[in-house]
Amino acid sequence: MRDTRPSRRHVIIGAGAAAAAFAAPALAQAAPQVVVIGGGYAGATCARFLQREGVSVTLVEPSANYISCPFSNAVIAGLRDIAQQTFTYDAIAAQGVRIARQAATKIDRDAKRVTLADATTLPYDRLVLAPGIDMNFTALPGYDQAASEILPHAWKAGPQTLLLRQQLEAMDDGGTVVISAPANPFRCPPGPYERASLIAWYLKNHKPKSKLIILDAKDAFSKQGLFTAAWKEIYGDMIEWVGLSAGGKVVEVKPREKIFVTEFGEHRADVGNVIPPQRAGRIAIDSGIADQTGWCPIDPVTFEARAQAGVHVIGDAAVAGGMPKSAFAANAQAKACAQAVAVMLRGAQAPEPKLINTCYSLVTPDYGISVAGVYAPAKGLLTDIPNAGGVSPAKAPASVRAAEASYAEGWYKTITTEVFG
Amino acid sequence: MRKIRTVTTTIGGALTALLFVSAGQAQSLRDAPPGASSCLGCHGAQPTSLPALSNLSASDIENAMEQYRSGAREATLMNRIAKGFTPEESKAIAAWLSAKK
Ligand SMILES: Cc1cc2nc3c(=O)[nH]c(=O)nc-3n(C[C@H](O)[C@H](O)[C@H](O)COP(=O)(O)OP(=O)(O)OC[C@H]3O[C@@H](n4cnc5c(N)ncnc54)[C@H](O)[C@@H]3O)c2cc1C
Repeated sequence: MRDTRPSRRHVIIGAGAAAAAFAAPALAQAAPQVVVIGGGYAGATCARFLQREGVSVTLVEPSANYISCPFSNAVIAGLRDIAQQTFTYDAIAAQGVRIARQAATKIDRDAKRVTLADATTLPYDRLVLAPGIDMNFTALPGYDQAASEILPHAWKAGPQTLLLRQQLEAMDDGGTVVISAPANPFRCPPGPYERASLIAWYLKNHKPKSKLIILDAKDAFSKQGLFTAAWKEIYGDMIEWVGLSAGGKVVEVKPREKIFVTEFGEHRADVGNVIPPQRAGRIAIDSGIADQTGWCPIDPVTFEARAQAGVHVIGDAAVAGGMPKSAFAANAQAKACAQAVAVMLRGAQAPEPKLINTCYSLVTPDYGISVAGVYAPAKGLLTDIPNAGGVSPAKAPASVRAAEASYAEGWYKTITTEVFG
Repeated sequence: MRKIRTVTTTIGGALTALLFVSAGQAQSLRDAPPGASSCLGCHGAQPTSLPALSNLSASDIENAMEQYRSGAREATLMNRIAKGFTPEESKAIAAWLSAKK
């Protein structure tokens, strides 16, 4: 616990700020400006909640639409249309958030100014950085942007999702699908295994002689016991998982031949999905907010970057301790961060937050499993609260798995309404 | 925790908070107790396959959390989440969520 007793200094600053806020509508005088970079689950949520607190907010986002990764594995399996993944920024703009439809290209940390692609600049009092991830196209030999047109990553939803879908549709029955999964940390820890499950669902129903191999750079993965048991029960030996110590780590790809090279040999794919190593979105790297790991360490109470006071980082780009890189976590962090920023703009101290994460995965359209956690600041990180959280029970009737699949849908509806609706 | 922060933000802040409540508006995010805003990721203004909480009273929510925590009430997931909160934290969360409309 931090010492939350008010110091004399806080009382005085707080009084001044509160009085100013009180004297005129909203935060009059020089109204504090907050700039949010990135309109995903993290940034869009944060911008909306800050605006509702009376803060003047500009959301910087180059895309006209947001295409959601959660449930995009169902698009790949042919169970869902990409339109159900696509959202506009209209409601956010209508609410009163200014939207700059451009990429941020530079952060001047001393002048507190963001430069946009068209060279205009936005001054800020506080900056929220939420650029998500970039694929690290230098980490895996043979895998660059051009290779991803042959071996899609589909780890940002959109054309890549549809490309992988088309490749699966074009594959002959009896083909081999290869997925390579990266080492930690990466976006959506259970995501590769949900994807394998739903591709297997498609294959089982349409191309039952086919096979799916997961080449993994890890020896353990999220909800492993649940996934492994369900695969066996539902898909027999269609899915083969090769972990790190069995030679699963992919060390090179040859896109033209669709070959995955591991330390132990080569696998030729008919359809290959490379989920490569990742890092924080480029703006976080270029501005020096990310450290040498490629991610942004933060203060777990204020979400301020360790590298720069006044710059808050949320979502996948942040090092959020025990919290996974998930849309649920990004949204939860965004609200806690908006609260911290709103309180700090009034000269007061941000309260200690507590955060929740829940990630559902589908093994089939009616078979859902979940992992949850509750987190609080401890030793400078957002840390798992012991004895809380965990995964769905190993043994459960089909009704429980079906309920979790329907709760996954409910979650998606609720969160996307909160963020974009 | 909330009390302390009200003091920190001083009289002006406290008055603003009072005005918000008496005007019958949604509780401000600034006053959210730890953990409360995370709940909204699943429990929104409209029910889905998951319930909305805004129609429930504070004591309904508080009791449900207590029963999830003890295991008296079964759930697929809420037992795992309730165990991460103390009775006092759950009470504060319940009050904030039920005041949110
Ligand atoms: C296949 C798959 C399935 C998933 N399933 C789930 C799930 O079921 N549940 C779950 O909770 N999570 C899931 N996730 C994870 C989830 O997608 C991410 O954790 C989430 O999107 C992170 O949100 P974010 O806002 O940090 O990043 P993003 O959602 O990626 O948003 C970042 C935004 O920033 C913008 N941006 C980047 N750079 C700039 C710049 N320089 N200037 C302006 N804007 C910029 C981008 O255009 C983008 O819109 C899944 C992910 C994948 C890949």
